[in-house]
Amino acid sequence: MANLKELAARGDKFTGGHRACAGCGATIVARQALLAAGDKPVVTTCATGCLEVVSTIFPYTAWDVPFIHSAFENSAATISGVEAAYQSLKRQGTVTEDIRFMAFGGDGGTYDIGLQALSGAMERGHNMLYICYDNQAYMNTGIQRSSATPKGSSTTTSPNGKKIPGKVQFRKNLTEIMAAHGIPYVAQSVVGNWSDFTKKVEKALAKGGPAFIAILQPCRLGWGYPPELTAELGRLAVETNFWPLYEVEDGQYKLNHTPKERQPIDEWMFQQERFRHLKRPEHQAIIAQIQQDIDARWEQLNKKCSL
Amino acid sequence: MSELKKYKELALGGNIEKGGTAVDFKTGDWRSSRPIYHPENCIQCLFCWVYCPDSAVILKDGKVTGFNLDHCKGCGICAHECPGKKKVKAITMEEEVK
Repeated sequence: MANLKELAARGDKFTGGHRACAGCGATIVARQALLAAGDKPVVTTCATGCLEVVSTIFPYTAWDVPFIHSAFENSAATISGVEAAYQSLKRQGTVTEDIRFMAFGGDGGTYDIGLQALSGAMERGHNMLYICYDNQAYMNTGIQRSSATPKGSSTTTSPNGKKIPGKVQFRKNLTEIMAAHGIPYVAQSVVGNWSDFTKKVEKALAKGGPAFIAILQPCRLGWGYPPELTAELGRLAVETNFWPLYEVEDGQYKLNHTPKERQPIDEWMFQQERFRHLKRPEHQAIIAQIQQDIDARWEQLNKKCSL
Repeated sequence: MSELKKYKELALGGNIEKGGTAVDFKTGDWRSSRPIYHPENCIQCLFCWVYCPDSAVILKDGKVTGFNLDHCKGCGICAHECPGKKKVKAITMEEEVK
């Protein structure tokens, strides 16, 4: 696994000059993923979303690798088609190079809209890596709720009002859904832990077969925090057990990080504008529910890891 | 803001002929504060480089030498992540003044 010096020697394949917000986490994901991919050629695609929109404004592109525009729902289908064509060309002897395939999608394009295409591609067993940069809402279109949005979060379609304080439902656990596909590699990582993420990308690409990584990506605009905290809030989400770092390799669960002392969830939530309304004393019960849900999920995960 | 290209300067059919052309687009004027580099406090951990969303930390032979202010949007992640030497940061943010 490459250390920072080795990564630096590889050179950036995702350039500056893109139009993301200052302090954007999605572009950190793209940069680090392409750095981790190494020197072998890689073909990428991206579902409609922040990352695609900010990086490919005509006549510029921030991608220094082959990149294919996809619609919102089909980045997994697109890259699986390219991979199938590559396998055929390789069999015919037209292509001899070893090429890797990577698809990016936000939580909207992965948890909701692209779930069918993703599930299909994983089941067909293509040699591809799908990276979901999960910023927990449809940030590109103006912060609408998605099934990745956590309970209590205020978005434009689940606003904090007099009767209902933010999103009512709990978050969907997509990583578990992907693990249920029985594919060779599924993992969860976070912006703010470069070594964990680049290791997992390297591992996933070396695995050969369908792989999926969900990476929690703090969004300074949608979450509402000062831009310099992007990496810090990612790490804090791990320390509160809200977003455990783990991987499922050939069906075997493995925890990659156990917090020395679990931080209470409000430590993380109250640094963000989207949860600000929950500071009011009448919403104590909601915080307790959220904490309970996190603890239950953590316990469940630990059971799976000790199997 | 970078100048928009005229149609005659674009490739036939509006093709983008190579990758990574976004480097020609300047986003530096979005910045409201700028990073200042203090090499004497730098331990070359490269955290600023790996977490920069705009690939704006300049490396020379694997060592940090400064910032590409044409692309830096002034988010301050570099200064926040910087461990510095003996807790004195090698990167500080300074407000842009006209």
